[in-house]
Amino acid sequence: MDDVQVKDGVDAETVEAVQSLSGTYKHGWETEIEMEYAPKGVNPDIVRLISEKNDEPEWMTEWRLAAFERWMQLKEPTWAMVDYPEIDFQDIFYYARPKSMEEKPKSLDEVDPKLLETYAKLGIPLKEQALLAGVEAPEEERKVAVDAVFDSVSLGTTFQDELKKAGVIFCSISEAIREHPELVRQYLGTVVPVSDNFYATLNSAVFSDGSFVYIPPNTKCPMELSTYFRINAENTGQFERTLIIADKGSYVSYLEGCTAPKRDTAQLHAAVVEIVILEDAEVKYSTVQNWFPGDEDGKGGIYNFVTKRADCRGDRAKVMWTQVETGSAVTWKYPSCILRGDDSQGEFYSIAIANNMQQADTGTKMIHLGKNTKSRIVSKGISAGKAQNTYRGQVTMHPKAKESRNYTQCDSLLIGDKCGAHTVPYIEVKNNSSRVEHEATTSKVDDDQLFYCRARGMDEEEAVALVVNGFCKEVLQALPMEFAMEAQALVAISLEGSVG
Amino acid sequence: MAAFLDAKTNDRLTALGTPAAVGWSEDARLDAVTRLRTTGLPDRRDEYWKYTRPDAFTAPAATAAAAAEFEGFAGVDALTITFVDGVFDADASDDFALEGIEIERLATSDVDIHWAKDLYGVLETNGQTPVSRPLAALNTAYATDGLIIRVTGEVSKPISVVYLQKSDASDAILHHVVKVDAGASATILEAGPVAARANTVMEIDIADNATFNHLRLQGRDHEQATLTHTFTRLGNESAFKSFTLTANGTLTRNEAIIEMNGDDASAHVAGAALGDGGDFNHDDTVFVTHDALNGESRQVFKKVLRNGATGIFQGKILVKEGAQKTDGYQISQSLLLDDDAQFYAKPELEIYADDVACSHGSTTGAIDDHALYYLRSRGVPKAQAEDMLVLSFLAEAVDEIADEDLQDFILGKLETWLADR
Repeated sequence: MDDVQVKDGVDAETVEAVQSLSGTYKHGWETEIEMEYAPKGVNPDIVRLISEKNDEPEWMTEWRLAAFERWMQLKEPTWAMVDYPEIDFQDIFYYARPKSMEEKPKSLDEVDPKLLETYAKLGIPLKEQALLAGVEAPEEERKVAVDAVFDSVSLGTTFQDELKKAGVIFCSISEAIREHPELVRQYLGTVVPVSDNFYATLNSAVFSDGSFVYIPPNTKCPMELSTYFRINAENTGQFERTLIIADKGSYVSYLEGCTAPKRDTAQLHAAVVEIVILEDAEVKYSTVQNWFPGDEDGKGGIYNFVTKRADCRGDRAKVMWTQVETGSAVTWKYPSCILRGDDSQGEFYSIAIANNMQQADTGTKMIHLGKNTKSRIVSKGISAGKAQNTYRGQVTMHPKAKESRNYTQCDSLLIGDKCGAHTVPYIEVKNNSSRVEHEATTSKVDDDQLFYCRARGMDEEEAVALVVNGFCKEVLQALPMEFAMEAQALVAISLEGSVG
Repeated sequence: MAAFLDAKTNDRLTALGTPAAVGWSEDARLDAVTRLRTTGLPDRRDEYWKYTRPDAFTAPAATAAAAAEFEGFAGVDALTITFVDGVFDADASDDFALEGIEIERLATSDVDIHWAKDLYGVLETNGQTPVSRPLAALNTAYATDGLIIRVTGEVSKPISVVYLQKSDASDAILHHVVKVDAGASATILEAGPVAARANTVMEIDIADNATFNHLRLQGRDHEQATLTHTFTRLGNESAFKSFTLTANGTLTRNEAIIEMNGDDASAHVAGAALGDGGDFNHDDTVFVTHDALNGESRQVFKKVLRNGATGIFQGKILVKEGAQKTDGYQISQSLLLDDDAQFYAKPELEIYADDVACSHGSTTGAIDDHALYYLRSRGVPKAQAEDMLVLSFLAEAVDEIADEDLQDFILGKLETWLADR
């Protein structure tokens, strides 16, 4: 940071704050638990092994093998504005799980206390939450169920009983494959097809676990659902698979957050999230992504290649993606909405913060197929240090998507003269009754706004904090209450620390 | 050099043969062939040609297009230079002599050492990174003629280049070089269908404190395939303005590549396009690189489309590290007059400096019903009301024309074109 020239309006304390953050990753520790690994590399045998370890039926094994065959024919995409050393896909463990999990725990009490401790450090004490939310909490306080994922195996799942009462299925995907094969078979791979892209195809072949959610018709999920992802062992690729189905007239808010321990070698993460939304249903999917970003020289850090897509299949279906992306060395992530049903709606709210040597290439796709569909994109990118931050998005109005509407706003803020902020939107309009608007700006913290604040008696730091807070506000407000705390804490660290 | 030359490039190069050796430009031409053989010609899978098919430009022979009449800058007092099917027509051209400007022709300028040697193919080569433009390299290698213009002072009237087409099968490759000396200023007008297939390049080097204006009329009910590249380099406190009006026609791709090399320079590229019919494919591709302090760039592109017409805008502002105080603006808008019209836009920003203000906007939609209702409620007939709204929509682009008389000329042109569409 020493050689970075600092602009007016960014004071010395700011620089110190940024420097103090460099290379210190608060969640960078490792739990010492014995791991069980499959051999390094991927081949049909490994795929079969993963399938076998999860007790999967034959059709699932075949599905994976077909995906693997397809993957062998695909090339790693290079179009994103990210630069990283070539990944040797045969030098990665595709399956790892804590040894103490070989025999499934009957209840949380039987879970290795060290694992539970891990979650406590991350701020999700399962049992406490169970107490707080399940028993002692006042009625109006919303409850959060956690399907905690430790490396590759789903651990404990809380609140099963209450969810069961509502008819909601919330379990690990491996359990769903065993217990609800009809649902999984009907929907898995229908939003993100097996052949979708290099990373999604790899995921289809080797996903180890993930979450499954089914909300029955006309049901409002009684609590917000949450998954914590964690990568724990070195060199373990994490291939999570999430499938959410919101049946007619249902509603669910799903929270995903992740932190990862500090490691030297880069780790690969290639998750797939599929969301199916039927008539009149609504899904909110919120993410706080805080994988280890690597140190200030760009050493280590997670490679995060994620495919997330929601399919609004029914009329008046609604989806809302909200993401706060602060971690990972490389982020490659485009949560998308297919607006197939008439009057369906898609929203995408994103804050992407890249500091030091981080590279983020993230955005969304809004594919308007149905009549009178609406979408809104609000993306806030912040670059500091030597980071590169790219918004990449697509809005397509198909000929039949009459009377549809899109509004896109992507703003970038640059802090320091060694970083980059880029915008790569694709706009495709094939009918004239739709309206598409796109706006993008790139700037530093606005001098006029600072001046205005200072003229009203704020000191410089307060002013900068206020302006930057305002910059992200629209997205922060879109987050559900439960996540707002963590997100604000993260933004406070990664963003407010950077400028004021 | 690529070991394997793809069939398409090979066929095109075979059809063209060896570049004509023209004294001082020979090195640049041979170098361009080498570059072309390395990159190959574009095809539809190229990201840079995502929305326009390059086939018409890469095919060995031009597709025949009926010769079209074209009324260009008639009535504007200018020094006129005429090319027919890409061939210079002395009878239809004025004497090149004019104070403050030296004009030669590429085809007849056969000395060994020429100032243009430092420019011909040079700006084009610079413009090949980060995105390769093989068809511009092809032009450098095989251009049959063009103008070599040096602006030394303030030129009293515009140079008007008229491109007429007589032959249905004409295939023109023209390459102009313009050097504007420090403090000098000039305006160049270009108009006409050029040929059944046209590939034109203009390399413009604007020295410190110099000004260059470029105004172009294209299209109007013809079937031609037109590809143009303008490569512009700007020195300190220099200014560049380019405006293109396109009406109907078939396939047009205008690429503008601008290097802001000097501090405090200003570059404005703008375009207005009226497209009618399913054959209309109009592509504006702009790449502005800011590599100096306090640069100002504006891209303003407006398209009015109907009956299956397709409009494309690919614009990029690249602000290099250290290009502080850059002010980059980009707007691409289209008005879709019916449901068959299509618009594709890829407005990009790539920014490596923090003290900048860059923005872009893009909108697509139909004529505003409320505005139409307002006008009609005041007794304006529907067609006329639509024309008024179309004109006002295009006005922001026309405003980018430096000279007010020429601005009026273009507005008049637009009004006539709207009236007899």
